[in-house]
Amino acid sequence: MNESRDQKSSLWATLTSVGAVIGGALGVSSALRALTARKAESFVEPEAAPPAEHTPRREALEEAVVAEREEPNYLNVDYTLKSWLTSTDHKRIAILYMISITLFFLIGGAAATIIRLQLATPRGDMVQPVTYNKLFTIHGVIMVWFFLIPSVPAVLGNFLLPLMIGARDLAFPKLNLLSWYLFILGGTFTFVAIITGGVDTGWTFYTPLSTTYSNSNVLLAAAGVFITGFSSILTGLNFIVTTHKMRAPGLTWFRLPLFVWTTYATSLILVLATPVLAVTLLLIFLERVFRIGIFDPSLGGDPLLFQHLFWFYSHPAVYIMILPGMGVVSEIIPCFARRKLFSYKFVAFATFGIALIGFLVWGHHMFVAGQSMYGSMLFSILSFLVAIPSAIKVFNWTSTLYKGSIRLDTPMLYALGFIGLFTVGGLTGLFLAALAVDVSLHDTYFVIAHFHFIMVGGMVTAYLGGIHYWWPKISGRMYPELFGKLSALTIFVGFMLTFLPQFLLGRLGMLRRYYEYDPNFQILNVMSTAGASILAVGYFLPLFYLLLSLKYGKRAPANPWGATGLEWQTPSPPPTYNFKVTPVVTEGPYDYSPEAAEREAAAESAEREIQEAGSRH
Amino acid sequence: MSDSPGILLGHQFDDIEQQREASILAMWVFLATEILLFGGLFFAYTAYRQAFPGAFAAASNKTVYWIGTLNTGVLLISSVTMALSVHAAREGRRKALLRFLLATLFLGLTFLGLKGFEYYLDYESHIVPGLNWPITNNFTRHQAIFFLLYFFMTGLHAFHLTVGCCLVSLMIFWTWRGRFSKEHYIPIDLTGLYWHLIDLVWIFLYPLFYLPGRHL
Repeated sequence: MNESRDQKSSLWATLTSVGAVIGGALGVSSALRALTARKAESFVEPEAAPPAEHTPRREALEEAVVAEREEPNYLNVDYTLKSWLTSTDHKRIAILYMISITLFFLIGGAAATIIRLQLATPRGDMVQPVTYNKLFTIHGVIMVWFFLIPSVPAVLGNFLLPLMIGARDLAFPKLNLLSWYLFILGGTFTFVAIITGGVDTGWTFYTPLSTTYSNSNVLLAAAGVFITGFSSILTGLNFIVTTHKMRAPGLTWFRLPLFVWTTYATSLILVLATPVLAVTLLLIFLERVFRIGIFDPSLGGDPLLFQHLFWFYSHPAVYIMILPGMGVVSEIIPCFARRKLFSYKFVAFATFGIALIGFLVWGHHMFVAGQSMYGSMLFSILSFLVAIPSAIKVFNWTSTLYKGSIRLDTPMLYALGFIGLFTVGGLTGLFLAALAVDVSLHDTYFVIAHFHFIMVGGMVTAYLGGIHYWWPKISGRMYPELFGKLSALTIFVGFMLTFLPQFLLGRLGMLRRYYEYDPNFQILNVMSTAGASILAVGYFLPLFYLLLSLKYGKRAPANPWGATGLEWQTPSPPPTYNFKVTPVVTEGPYDYSPEAAEREAAAESAEREIQEAGSRH
Repeated sequence: MSDSPGILLGHQFDDIEQQREASILAMWVFLATEILLFGGLFFAYTAYRQAFPGAFAAASNKTVYWIGTLNTGVLLISSVTMALSVHAAREGRRKALLRFLLATLFLGLTFLGLKGFEYYLDYESHIVPGLNWPITNNFTRHQAIFFLLYFFMTGLHAFHLTVGCCLVSLMIFWTWRGRFSKEHYIPIDLTGLYWHLIDLVWIFLYPLFYLPGRHL
C-alpha cells in the first residue's frame, strides 16, 4: 500500500512540476478538456498495479469499479455546453456554481493580493488612495456575496442535500437553475461596476457616503447585490421545502445528517434576512437618484437607520457564512474519527440557537455609531450568548475525537484546522462584543483579523475540506492525497501568518481601510503580507491538482471513506436521478465504530505482513 | 389520483400530494420573504414617525383619504372573491371559478386605476418629493420623508398587485382552457395565498399613510 502510494506521489510530483513549467493556464485547459471529452469507454488504467496489490478484496473492489464505469451518470449523460446551461439537475447546477464562485474567488483574491502588497510598505506607494478604496470594496463585495454566501450552500448544499435525504432532486429544479442565472446576472452587474470605474464605499455601502458623496458606480454594484439577493432567496426557499417534503421514507428529522440541519438553518436566514437587504438597497437607490433624505442627515434622514437595516441582514449573513461550514465539519469529523458524533441533538439545536440569536445581535456593529446606550448593552449581552451554542459545537466535535480511531486524511486536516481557527475567531469575537473593549478595537485590524478567522479560517477551510471529502462523489475521481495534505498544511500556516499579526496590529491601534500607516507597524504588516503569499500558494494548489485529478485521478469507488450517509450508497458520480431505488432509512446518522475500524486496520496490516513474508520465501 | 387530467407530476416528486404540499409550503416561505421585504420599510416608517410625529401628521393630511378608503374597500372585496374562487375550485365548479376570478381581476384593476388617479392628484397637489414638493425648512424636509415612504411603499404594493393581476389573468386563461379540476387546483390555491398577502399589506399601509393626524 505504502509502496504504491509513494509511486503515485512521485508520479504526481512529476506531473505537477511539468504542469508548473508549461504554465497554469495550460494545465487548467487540458483538465477542462479532460472533463468535457471524457468518454466512459475510452478509459484506460494509467498504470498496472503491482502484483502484490491483488488481494481478493481489492480485486472485488476493482470489479465493482469496472461495473460502475459503464453506468450512465450525471456527468456523462450529455457533453454539450447547452446541456449544462439548461440542466435542472441539482448536481450539474452545483458544478455551475462551483465554477462561477471559483472565478469570483480569483477576482476577490486578486484584490486582496494588491491590498496586502500595498500594505507591505507604510507609505502605501503601490496604488493611489482612491484605488485602494476600490480594491477593498471589490474584495469585500465579491468575497461576501459572490463567494462566501454561495460557497457551501449553493455548491455543496445543492449537490448533497437531495443525495443526503434520498431524493431525486430539489423540490423545484427549474427554480434552482433560475437562481444560478440570477446569481450570474448579479455577478455581471457587479463585474461591470468594477471594470467601469469601481466602487469605493466598502462592502457595507454606508450612507451618506454611498448616497451622496461617492462618485463611483454605487448603483451598479448595489444592483448586482440586489439581484444576487434574489438568487439567495430562491435557493433558501428551495432548500427549506426540499428538507420538509422530500425526505426518504424513515428519514426523520433526528436521523438527518447535520449538514442537512445546518443547510436548513442557513436557508432560514437566507429567506428571512435577504429581503431586508433588498429593500435597503432600493432605498439607497431612491436617495441617490432622487436626492430625498432617508439616510443622509443633510437631507433630513438618519444614517443610523441605514446601519440598522443593513446589519439586520448582514449580521445574520455572517452566520450564513459559518453555519454551513459547521455542517461540513460535523460530517467529516465522525467519519475520520470513526465515532458517532458526540450528542447529535445538542449540535442540531445549537445550529438553531446560532441562527436564532444571530438575528438579535446586529447592533454590536454600531456600539460607537451613536445608538442608545441601553440598546448597546442589550446587544452586547445577546452577542455574548452566541458563544454558548458555538462552544457547544466545538466541545462536541472535540469530544467526538476522544477515543476515536483517527485517520488524518486531507478532509480531516481541513476539519481540524477549522476547529482551531474557528475557536480563535469566536473567542476574539467576545472581545468585540464587550462594550468597553470594542470602543478601542472598533474599526481596527483586530476586527479584520477576527472576522477573517471566522470567514476565511472557518468557512473557506470548511469549504475546501468539504470539496475534498465529497470530491470522489462529485467527480468520480480520487484526488492525490499527499498534495491534499500539503495544501491543508500550507493554508493553515499561511493563514496563521497572515492574520495573527493583524490582531496585534489592531491592538496597537492600526485602523482598517487606510492605504498607509505608521512605520512602527511595518514588521507586523510584512509578516501578514508574507503569510498572504503562502496562503495564495495554498489556495492555488487544490485548484491545480483537483482539476488534474479529473484526468489522472484514480476512479473513485462509491464509498471511498467507508462513510455512513445516503450519498455514499449511490455510485460515484451518481446517476442523474441519484438513486436507482429510493432508499429507506432505519437508523440515525454517523453509525461509526472505532473498534471495528481498528480491527479492520489490524487485519489489513496482518494480511500485508503475511503476503510480504510469502513473497520473501 | 395520479392519472387526473391536466396535472404534470415533476420527476422529483413521488405523488401529487407531495407536489401539492411542496408548492403550498414554498408559497408560505415566499410570503415570509415578502413580509420581511415590507418589514424593513415598516421599520423605517416607525423610526421616522416616532422622530417626527408632527411632520408625519401634517403630511398625512395631504393624502387623498377618500381614494385610500375606497381602495381599501375594493381590495377587501377582492379578497372575498378570491376566497370564493378557491372555494369554487375546490368543489370543481368551473363556471363559478371563472366568474369569481374575473371579479377578482376586475377589482384588482379597479384598485390600480384608482391608485394611478390618486398619484395624479398627488402630483397636482405638489406633494411628490424630488419633483415638486418644495423643501424650505426642516418641517417640509421631514414631510418629504413621509411622502417618499408613501410613494415607495404604496408603489411597491401596487407593483405586487400588478403581478397578482397577471397571475389571476393566467388562472382565468387556464380555467377557460379547462386545466383545473376538483383534484387539481394548486395554482389557484397559490394565487389566492399571494393575493391575500397583498391585501394584508394594504390593511397596514392604509392606516399608516392616510389616518395619522386625521380626526374624522
